[in-house]
Amino acid sequence: MAWVRRHLLFLAAVLVLAYMLVPNVVVAVFSFNDPVGRYNYTWRAFSLDAWANPCGAAGICQSLGLSLRVGLVASLTATVLGTMVAFALGRHRFRGRAGTNLLIFMPMATPEVVMGSSLLTLFLMMGLPAGTLAITIAHIMFCISFVVVAVKARVATLDPRLEEAAADLGATPLQTFLRVTFPLAFPGILAGALLAFSLSFDDYIITNFTASPSSVTFPMYVWGAAQRGAPVQVNVIGTLMFLVALLVVVAGQALAARRERSRAG
Amino acid sequence: MAEAALAPGGPARRRRRSWVPYALLAPGLLWLAVFFVAPMVTLGSQSLQEGNVYDGYTLTGNVGIYADAVGKYWPHLLRSVGYAATATVFALLLAYPLAYFMAQKAGRWKNVLLVLVVAPFFTSFLIRTLAWRTILSDTGPVTEVAQALHLTDLLQLLHLTNNDTLLSSKFAVIAGLTYNFLPFMILPLYAALDRLDPRLVEAAGDLYASPWQAFRHVTWPLSLPGVVAGTLLTFIPAAGDFINSRLLGNTQTVMIGQVIDSQFLRVLDYPLAAALSFVLLLMILGLVTAYVRRAGTEELV
Repeated sequence: MAWVRRHLLFLAAVLVLAYMLVPNVVVAVFSFNDPVGRYNYTWRAFSLDAWANPCGAAGICQSLGLSLRVGLVASLTATVLGTMVAFALGRHRFRGRAGTNLLIFMPMATPEVVMGSSLLTLFLMMGLPAGTLAITIAHIMFCISFVVVAVKARVATLDPRLEEAAADLGATPLQTFLRVTFPLAFPGILAGALLAFSLSFDDYIITNFTASPSSVTFPMYVWGAAQRGAPVQVNVIGTLMFLVALLVVVAGQALAARRERSRAG
Repeated sequence: MAEAALAPGGPARRRRRSWVPYALLAPGLLWLAVFFVAPMVTLGSQSLQEGNVYDGYTLTGNVGIYADAVGKYWPHLLRSVGYAATATVFALLLAYPLAYFMAQKAGRWKNVLLVLVVAPFFTSFLIRTLAWRTILSDTGPVTEVAQALHLTDLLQLLHLTNNDTLLSSKFAVIAGLTYNFLPFMILPLYAALDRLDPRLVEAAGDLYASPWQAFRHVTWPLSLPGVVAGTLLTFIPAAGDFINSRLLGNTQTVMIGQVIDSQFLRVLDYPLAAALSFVLLLMILGLVTAYVRRAGTEELV
């Protein structure tokens, strides 16, 4: 009992982490299930069928491909636009800073269902049909703010004297940017891009308002499948996504640690 | 706003031309103006139009639609705010110990824990919410343990469930909302607590503060920016969410997002749906503004 008292904080932390991670474990375990009937909610028997044939459920890999394409285009565009805004905010003086901050903050403070439905009314009035283009436009919109926040946080930690030194040594503003500012800000830009990609890839609510029956993204596929009984392949792809993302993050951390060591040594 | 601190001046900057920041801002802000601000205008305009999808709509300035919308769906609006607020409180209670442990006690395990906290995001959140249906299923071990411990009776007594199972209930929806937005609470709390100097807490102890007093007067006030950011990042998306209420709830737990979604995409009553959407936005902006005023933290971005 004394041990429990002394380690109360540790135990609480472990329990909360368990609450957060149990669903991921369940998704992975049930990717090896061999369910009877349509619903993959109760465990029956071990099977590798779904792993052997991840595209086995009709339409699942088409939807995955669409989500990857939309995610790539949306995150790249949002990263370029957001990084430019972040540099303006972090490195320049200009009129209208408060208004800019507000405009960046608002999409993050607006419920997705409001953004999705308002875009639907805009696209209706513009005559832009629902589909891949509408989805991509919407995803770029809600990703920009997150990129700005990620890049701005990084730019704020950079020492402006490094850029001044480059200028004093005769570098043009463009050279200073390309050789000094951009490489130093790159971790923030990469973090923003990855965040934007995962937000785009995972979005259901806004996508639902801008998609057509022929533009089914992966979350929309999962939603549709959930109504009829989701195939085991959904769990396989969920688990694969988890492993890929984990690999990216662990590799990123290892790289950062190595750079830190080489700088110290 | 601390503008001087955000944009430290320097000789390098003064050499730059004044149009540069505007050129950097223009594409991004233009995108937001056209695809975030303009839609708010068309949403407002749509709510004041009358007609139908087939014959088209005409702007009639039918303000009465707002009274209709609120009159018909106020239970859903209140329910959404109630569920989101409850989930936010639970998320804060759960996130604080974990964030504190990560920031102050984890040592070299800090980075591992940070990865574990964002790890849930690595799997699509729809798939994870579906996993809760497996976890809380009527014949699953969680339900059996809860029944054995009479927790199901307690939940029924609190009107959080309707029978001795857990799924398809208010309880499941709130647990799902808490779960889904927990990382948004943990990360800002962690950021705030990571900056907390442990010597301040030690000093409070040296000055004969009890651990509770030290927490109340030192740790908690210093973590407030994280608390404010975390509660906003949890409450706002939770109030508009309908995935949890749809997948884990029943017909008595329908949230306003679900109503807006079905009015727009299935019932095709655009003016009513637009009015509801606008009411939700105004309600959240009102609540958030009042909350931020009270908490006294205006600098959030």
